[in-house]
Amino acid sequence: MQELVNRAKALLADGTVQRVLGWKMGDLAYNPEPAFFENEEALSDFVYNSFCGANLSKYMIEASKKEGKTLVFLKPCDTYSFNQLLKEHRILREKAYIIGVGCTGKISGERIKEAGIRGIIAVEGADAFAPAETLQVKTLYGDREIAYKDAMLERCHVCKGKEHKIYDEIIGESRDTADSDRMEKVREIEAMSPEEKFAFFQNELSRCIRCNACRNVCPACSCRKCVFDSTKFDSAQKANVDSFEEKMFHVIRAFHVAGRCTDCGECSRVCPQNIPLHLFNRKLISDINEFYGEYQAGEDDTTVGPLTAFTTDDIEPSDARERG
Amino acid sequence: MKKIEKVNLPALFAAISEEASLVLPVKNGGMTNFALWSEDADVDLETLKTVKSAKDAFFPQSETLYSVHREEGKLKITRGELMDEDFVLFGVRACDARGFEVLDKVFLSDPVDSFYKARREHGTVVALACHAPEESCFCTTFGIDSAEPGADVDTWMVGEALYWKANTEKGEALTNRLSALLSDADEKAVEEEKANIRGIMEKLPYASLTTEGWGGDAQKEKFESPLWEELYKPCLACGTCTFVCPTCQCYDIKDYSTGEGVQRYRCWDSCMYSDFTMMAHGNNRTSQMQRYRQRFMHKLVYYPANYGGTFSCVGCGRCVEKCPTGLNIVKVMKAFAEKEGK
Repeated sequence: MQELVNRAKALLADGTVQRVLGWKMGDLAYNPEPAFFENEEALSDFVYNSFCGANLSKYMIEASKKEGKTLVFLKPCDTYSFNQLLKEHRILREKAYIIGVGCTGKISGERIKEAGIRGIIAVEGADAFAPAETLQVKTLYGDREIAYKDAMLERCHVCKGKEHKIYDEIIGESRDTADSDRMEKVREIEAMSPEEKFAFFQNELSRCIRCNACRNVCPACSCRKCVFDSTKFDSAQKANVDSFEEKMFHVIRAFHVAGRCTDCGECSRVCPQNIPLHLFNRKLISDINEFYGEYQAGEDDTTVGPLTAFTTDDIEPSDARERG
Repeated sequence: MKKIEKVNLPALFAAISEEASLVLPVKNGGMTNFALWSEDADVDLETLKTVKSAKDAFFPQSETLYSVHREEGKLKITRGELMDEDFVLFGVRACDARGFEVLDKVFLSDPVDSFYKARREHGTVVALACHAPEESCFCTTFGIDSAEPGADVDTWMVGEALYWKANTEKGEALTNRLSALLSDADEKAVEEEKANIRGIMEKLPYASLTTEGWGGDAQKEKFESPLWEELYKPCLACGTCTFVCPTCQCYDIKDYSTGEGVQRYRCWDSCMYSDFTMMAHGNNRTSQMQRYRQRFMHKLVYYPANYGGTFSCVGCGRCVEKCPTGLNIVKVMKAFAEKEGK
């Protein structure tokens, strides 16, 4: 981690960048926060460990409006979001100095708690570059252990790989942490009857509190003003009396980000009710792959997306409808 | 002091629900929230904190105040129904129980909120002491004793039994109704449990957090602090902190068009949202820094200014656990304490 701080200090000192966008030490074992560091002194709070799951790409929209360059630390999967935002002209490449930072899979306090470990005081083994195979968790109620992979975010189990898709330099080794089939759950749901599908999503979405965290964290949700923030719209921002309208929010959002969603997994990471929101996106990704050929949003910053391009070979809407 | 063996809790729940609906922590999809009891509900009294607080029982996230529809060329207005049946809210923690007192000051003072009042009158709160407080808890900062919640009925889970003590008339009435299932018990086990809980509270990471420097008199100084500009930056402007909070009480009133008419409903609002307190002339808070500041000023300055010095945070720590970017009220209080050299 010190290498990152040293490099940040050097880039600030020689005037390459005006500020640093990274993560700041939290006040508990598991809650570092995204942060802008304006000077060398502030970097004393810098942290990069296994809990730094937050994808910083979207903060580059704000940073792009500021004077000079911002040094941003991006993990391999974050670079896909950065590319996608570049492609959509939401951020400026010349405003960013990208250090591709090594990632060995990110973990969360939430996942550790789900394993029944409560009263977390300290977590050992969460070094970003040299994580332990087993985390040692000091709790109010004694010492506990959990396998690193059991504390990993869902998205890390379907890791896109250790390659940074855009960067100026790279610091730290990455590892591919994929150990699951990304589309397995999608296929499972596809095999359900319409009634079962409805019941599945109704149950999951019944927990939604309409906090909009999924939308606000989503790098693909970068509209300056969201339609759901319009006061002229029945389904504005907040919880509605009609639960159907409520559920439409997630479906509409999934369609809006279709073809642009990189499957970064931030929506599911931040959902306070642990709703598997990524499943909506993956279903659409799976369909796009089937209809238009394999496509990964954010792979680069130039390829025109399948839903933005038109070719005469495109699938007819009627074919798609018949397929169900 | 009464008690009931843990294995007999399903019978207790069934007995309660014979005459009143029962709302308690239920696990669904791995997450525990307050929900209506049924025989096949996965009741979860182990999880310390439900995702949402118990607030919904008295102040639901969304409720219809009245609806309007066309009938034979005329508009017909139907008033939203007030709660008219008794219910029991079981398994409430001390922080949430205190949260109701925070809401009471707002909704039961003039002009009284009739929807809230009806629910409050019909609800009996059975609290459950916190056997195992967690690292994000800081209720003691606000003078709350998680070992003795002080609700209509307080309960303690000790070993294989649930100990039960009524504190109010409503609590006595419920206890009498359930007398066939509750047996007499001495206080010893509960006293030990209370001592244990208080011992743990002293060891929590936030045990030394104080409200020093906050309160109704700190308005100008806190409002104008340059710290907010630094603190708000990672905020996503989502409403998670406000919607999991047991004391956030701001709401919006909106119309929902049903095609045939209109439902006028009230729903929780969030000071994090861009149209919060939007008026005809626009919005008086135009930046996220201002909205972020509002939340903490309300909890730690405005509310105590309006309600005799009481803070409107109860230290449940839900925002600590749930903020997508790791922000929370504790970090705010610590940042100010550090800046002010306290």
